[in-house]
Amino acid sequence: MNAAVKTDFRVPVLGTLFRFQWEPAQQAYVLLYPEGMVKLNQSAGEILALVDGQRNVTAISAALMEKFPEAGDLSGDILEFLEVAREQRWIDYR
Amino acid sequence: MSNAGSTTANALARTKTHGQPLWLLAELTYKCPLQCPYCSNPLDFAGAGEELSTEEWISVFRQAREMGAAQLGFSGGEPLVRQDLERLIAEARKLGYYTNLITSGIGLSGERIAAFREAGLDHIQVSFQASDEEVNNMLAGSKKAFQQKLKIAREVKAQGYPMVLNFVTHKHNIDQIDRIIELCVELEADYVELATCQYYGWAYENREQLLPTKAQLERAERITNEYREKLKAEGNPIRLIFVTPDYYEERPKKCMNGWGEIFLTVTPDGTALPCHSARMLPIEFPNVKDQSIDAIWNESNGFNYFRGDEWMQEPCRSCDEKEQDHGGCRCQAYMMTGDMHAADPVCGKSPDHGKILAAREAAELDTNGQPITYRNERNSKVFAESSRVFARSG
Repeated sequence: MNAAVKTDFRVPVLGTLFRFQWEPAQQAYVLLYPEGMVKLNQSAGEILALVDGQRNVTAISAALMEKFPEAGDLSGDILEFLEVAREQRWIDYR
Repeated sequence: MSNAGSTTANALARTKTHGQPLWLLAELTYKCPLQCPYCSNPLDFAGAGEELSTEEWISVFRQAREMGAAQLGFSGGEPLVRQDLERLIAEARKLGYYTNLITSGIGLSGERIAAFREAGLDHIQVSFQASDEEVNNMLAGSKKAFQQKLKIAREVKAQGYPMVLNFVTHKHNIDQIDRIIELCVELEADYVELATCQYYGWAYENREQLLPTKAQLERAERITNEYREKLKAEGNPIRLIFVTPDYYEERPKKCMNGWGEIFLTVTPDGTALPCHSARMLPIEFPNVKDQSIDAIWNESNGFNYFRGDEWMQEPCRSCDEKEQDHGGCRCQAYMMTGDMHAADPVCGKSPDHGKILAAREAAELDTNGQPITYRNERNSKVFAESSRVFARSG
């Protein structure tokens, strides 16, 4: 890990109102909540799939960059998405 | 990435000639201890056939899930009446559904809420009739209803469920909207639906008693907006959803987000419907005992009947807004004009729009003291009987 980048120790967890799962019929990850559903695009789905209440933000970024090495540095995009997700209450930080 | 999520409803409707069923509403039974005069069940429910068995319901869940249904609502009547509800929840959850229990809370206990949790139930919606004990009980036709509902709402939250509180609003309770909202805040609801009656079935019979005036409605919406701002400023995450009656609109709503596009209702006797009101229409709807869900959704006459726009008449056919509202609600057109192909009279372009205007005027009249037709077995038999008479003579 680059020593110049500070580790982000915050651990995101899925919001209590939401359930996250893969939907074969839609070929997409979705968030399910009372009487509603959000269909996630691929990058949003890949990020939330790593939100397991164990990994911190830095670990999530590292795992995604390992999975998609051709995508370059994703950490900025990931932070931006997690911010949107927190505003939507899809996630919270422990 | 702010567009990371789109409502699936819209995304899917565009990509296919018709969508997949995403929402399965399982009306497990028409039995109910309450007698709400705005119930969405058919007027002649007492004449319906035998309820589906446990195994038949599980087969419906499995088939609809394979076609893509992700949300499952257990409704009724009062679904708690079904003794196999725990088993049905467990099977649905195993199949991958998000499971919603839509209940009056009457007959529910802490033990049963825990058993549902164990079975995998995701969410409980409790319906209230008013924030005030007396009005609530008057409307529900039950003396103990209100206290029981409060108890159950507190229990639902205590056991960690997300909770939606549903208040059906109308002339008799809409002026208490501030108290309704404060009650919901106190009960720590996650979502609150402040939904005006939809005037079908029992509510249509009681419309003069239920439709609020324009002034009542505007006041309620203003107060709701004030609470939204206040609660947001306090950091309260509660969401208030305010649904207005289309009687005060000039354009109709796109019924069910499109006929046979998203919603699949299965009634207690297995009749499959594109919308829970559609049973009133003079269309023969398929039954899950006779056909697969796939055949019902994709091939049956009932589900194909109002797909596309071939069926439309003027003024809808040549209307440049027909894609937006699809001519409005078919049941409303049928109830008010006698022709289910007509434009929804809510539309200002409909030749029958005067009927909506007349209903608005009637809402201004004082209806105190007029009788309400309660939704119960005895009244339903009257409707079931009279519809048989119509069926014979028609």
